[in-house]
Order: sequence, then C-alpha cells, then structure tokens
Amino acid sequence: MPDTDGPVLSVSGLRKVFGTQVAVDDMTFELAPGRSLAIVGESGSGKTTVARMVVGLERPTAGTIVACGRDRSRPARNARERTLRGREVQIVFQDPYSSLDPRQSGTAAVDEVLRVHHDHDAATRRRIVGELADLVGLDQRQMDALPRALSGGQRQRVAIARALATEPKVLILDESVAALDVSIQAQVLNVLADIRDERGISYVLISHDLAVVRQLTEDVLVMQRGVVVERGRTADVLDAPQHAYTRMLRASVPGPGWKPTRTLRRPA
Amino acid sequence: MSALLEVRDLTVRLRVGGTDREVITGTTLEIGEGEAMGLVGESGSGKSMTAKAIARLLPAGARVEGSVRFAGTDVLGLSGADLRRHRAKVAVVFQDPRAHINPVRRIEDFMTESLRTLEDVPRAQARTRAADALEEVGIDDPARRLRQFPHELSGGMLQRVMIATALLSQPLLLLADECTTALDVTTQAEVMAILDDLRRDRGLSMLFITHDLELAGAVCDRTSVMYAGQVVETSAAHRLHADPLHPYSAALVQARPDVTSTAERLVAIPGRPVSAFEAPAGCRFAPRCPHVLDGCRGHEQTLVDLDAGRVRCERAAALRGRLLDPTESPTESEETADA
Repeated sequence: MPDTDGPVLSVSGLRKVFGTQVAVDDMTFELAPGRSLAIVGESGSGKTTVARMVVGLERPTAGTIVACGRDRSRPARNARERTLRGREVQIVFQDPYSSLDPRQSGTAAVDEVLRVHHDHDAATRRRIVGELADLVGLDQRQMDALPRALSGGQRQRVAIARALATEPKVLILDESVAALDVSIQAQVLNVLADIRDERGISYVLISHDLAVVRQLTEDVLVMQRGVVVERGRTADVLDAPQHAYTRMLRASVPGPGWKPTRTLRRPA
Repeated sequence: MSALLEVRDLTVRLRVGGTDREVITGTTLEIGEGEAMGLVGESGSGKSMTAKAIARLLPAGARVEGSVRFAGTDVLGLSGADLRRHRAKVAVVFQDPRAHINPVRRIEDFMTESLRTLEDVPRAQARTRAADALEEVGIDDPARRLRQFPHELSGGMLQRVMIATALLSQPLLLLADECTTALDVTTQAEVMAILDDLRRDRGLSMLFITHDLELAGAVCDRTSVMYAGQVVETSAAHRLHADPLHPYSAALVQARPDVTSTAERLVAIPGRPVSAFEAPAGCRFAPRCPHVLDGCRGHEQTLVDLDAGRVRCERAAALRGRLLDPTESPTESEETADA
C-alpha cells in the first residue's frame, strides 16, 4: 500500500514541449492528503497542460509525476495499470455539456464507473450511487434523467459524482465552476467543500477566477508562460502578491472602488 | 439627462417547436444620453434578448409587444433603410468575437464594409478611418493588422477590433453583451478601460450586459437586475452592491465568493434560475427567496419607486437595509425551492 502520510501527489521537474513551444517548464509541487492547491494563470500559461499530464492525457517531455506512491510519468504498461491510475486521480472538466454521454443517465454513468473499478454486487452499487447523489445534491429523478433534461449546474454535479465513484485520492477541477451561473456556482463550491470534509480528498483547482481560488484552496501556484512565478498560502498570495505578474492579476479583479486602467499592460 | 432609449413594457415571445415561449415579460428601462446602464442577470433572465430587441436583431418569428423608443423614433416599427440607419446608431459588441466575424475576410474588409456600403465612403478613406479607430483602441501597427485575418489575432485583440468597428459608424448607443466574459482578467481590465475612455470621450450611451455585478458596478452609472424575464431592480450601480433593494440582487451579491476573504460557507441561492416561460405565478423569485411570505405568491409584482431606485418586490420597503445583514433571519425556511 502507498504511504498514507506522504504527499498524495508529487510533481518534480515537470516539462512539456509542443514543437518549439515550451508549455510547462520545470514545475515542482507537492499535495498533501486533504489539501487543496490552486494553479492560476491566464490562457496559455500552461495550467491546463499540467492538469492533463497529471491525469494522463498528455505525456510529459521530462520530469516525474508520482500519485499515491506510484510513478505515472510514463504511459501505463497494461490495462490493469491504466485502470489503477484512473482510480487514484480523477478530473472534472469545465464544460458539463460535452463531458457527459448524451445517451447515458447520471445513474448509468456512475454505475458504469463502479463496475469498471470495483467488484461490487448490484445492490451495493445502487447504494453507492445513492450516496454519491446525496453528496452532490441530486435527487433520484435527476440522476435517472438524461443530461439534456438537466441544467448546467446539475450536469456538473453528475460529472463530480462520476469522478468520485472511483474513490479518487486526488480530484482535478479544471475550470469546473467557471461556466456556471453565480447562484449555481455557490452551490457547487459548497458541495465541493462538503466532499473534502467528508472524504479527505485532495483538490487541484485550475482556475483564472481568484475569488473562487480564495474560497476553495489553501495553497496556490501562479503560472506565467509555463513557469511558476509565485507560490504560497492562497490568503497570503492574494492579500500581498509579491511577483509583478501576480500583482497585475490581482489588480485586474473588479471589486468595490475598482476602476479599469489602461496602464496595466501596454497595448500589444 | 434626457432619455436616449426608452423601453416600455417590452414582452418578447419566441416560437420554439410549435409553441410560443415568453423570454421577456414587461421589461421597462431608460438610458440617458451619455449614461452607462448595467444589465445583470443569470442564464435565461432575458438580458441578451432585451439587447437584441433594442437592436432589432431578434430571431425570425419573434412576437414583440410594448415599445422601444430610441432618439425619438419607434424602433419596433422600423424597416428597410430606416432600420439600417437605426442599426448604425446602435452598435453591438457580442461575447465571442470569432462567432461574429467572417474568418475568410481580412480585418480591413470587415471593418470597412458598413462604411463603404451604407455611407459610400471611398476605399482609401475608409481604410484610414479604420486604421485610426484601431489606434484608438490601443492596437499598434494598424496598417499590418488591417491586412491580417481574424485567426492571426488573439481574442483580446479581436474584441478590440470589434469595438473599433462598432464605433466607426459613430453610434449613439453601444450594446455590450458579455463582451469581456471570454477574456482573461488582465485583458478584460484593459478592454474595459478602453471602452470606458472612448465612451466618455464621445458622450456615448451604453447598455452593458454582464453576469458580473462588480464589473457592472465599476463601469456603469446605474444597474438593472433581471430575473426570469423581468427587471426586478434598478439602482445606482455603486449602491446595488452595498445596499440592494431586491432580495434577488442581495442573494447574487452574497453568493459570489470574495477575493479578499474566505467565507465559512457561501450563501447559495437554492434551486436554479428560471426563464420567463417556466416562471411561477406571482413573484417569480418566490420559490428561491429567503424572505418570501405567502402573499408574495398570490399576484404579479409590479415595479415601484423606492429610495431613488425601482424594485419589483412588495416586501422591499419592509426589508430596507436588512437584506445583507447576516444576523437577519429569513421569514421562512430556505428549503422552499424545488431543486
């Protein structure tokens, strides 16, 4: 069994090159069980590429990714290893409209994941589907509906329930609440906080929304053009940003008394 | 400030699969000359449809009641050349610039099309005006940009091209529909600053549609909040945040996480936002409202003046100043919602 006291996710010297473009360069971080880490930055900063490498959708050019004590920087050697990796790290994408199968109900989607990853009988699977539905705040009727009958927030909850079905140690949230209406976003953020309290799961939140980052995470990495330019406790970094880029990001967030200024960046 | 735009009791129904679906119910708002009005709401609230009705860009088959008056003319009765002139005076900038620009035409063709076809401006002169407009929105080397294609420009730059193009026809009113939502925060700040400068320089009026109350507060004079196809509140933009009149406005303010502090728990609004055609009878926000009383469900709420603003809630006067008070206990349980 993997060591339960050590980091649940450990990334070291991670690098990804697309052609001549360096998307991610020399990235190193650790994530302890039950902690939440945000990766912030603008489009093209490389934050989503990091998420895709951790979950196994992109192959790193260099560096190591260790999750639950197992190296996952090389492709899985066989189906068993691939399934094992899928069990440990799950991801919820931004767009709940494209990440669900339009012909599959929430119940069927969660049940399928349970059948692939665990050796439960039908009654146990039904019980677990019910528990996950409760956890994300969906009722039986909503779980049995096809995605087209659900709102964006409800679909995103189905996606979260499906991701949790493997009992992952790490959940990657790639802009998972960005497309939701304000009132629904608050509901989903509360659900995510409850899940962490109940299950001791760790989150990696990929986001450009600093208010969401403040609400959900304890630690933050700020990326600019593939490089981590600042890291620290979320509250400290947002209250007293040190790096010029972080200060610019922070100053761009509208709030009471905020006025947009043209001096932030010279027109490109 | 005289009203440049007056929307009165605007109701819009769209034909969807054989049935009429109401998307806006009795919307009323005015925008003065040089005034910036924010229009805030969630999906399905009808804010984009309101803009489309003002620009006469509603889908075919839409049925419209009420009146829209712009600079003294009845917009809903316009056709032909009059309608084209109206659209030149009311410029629209949408959320996704790539969906509103022809990808196989050069930036110059896109920018000068309306000048050359509507105003018969010669090509060379139109090109000079386009280049000047690009410089105004902070784009360097405009001559080169004019020769480029949309795919060669970043999203932020393309949105600035859209703003420059919108201003070329010297409009009196700018309808900005979530025009910075798809941009990075620093680009958003830059584009907003440019928009704000140009607007003030030219005394241009603006309807700024957004889901972001704080952004609206920063760049608008007044803000209207829409819910389920109706305006539920209109207030001074800076006040909406600190001292809202309608329970829904207050709920929106509270639901949004704050970049300066971590809440123990966000004050979520139960249920989901609804569109006009699926709204309940009586107060449309009642099923999600923490301050609802039985009487609220009994009849349609009307928009009434209160404290220099307007609000559609019969309890507004009684709830004055208490909506954001965390010690204030709601009148009924929060579990009244259906979802």
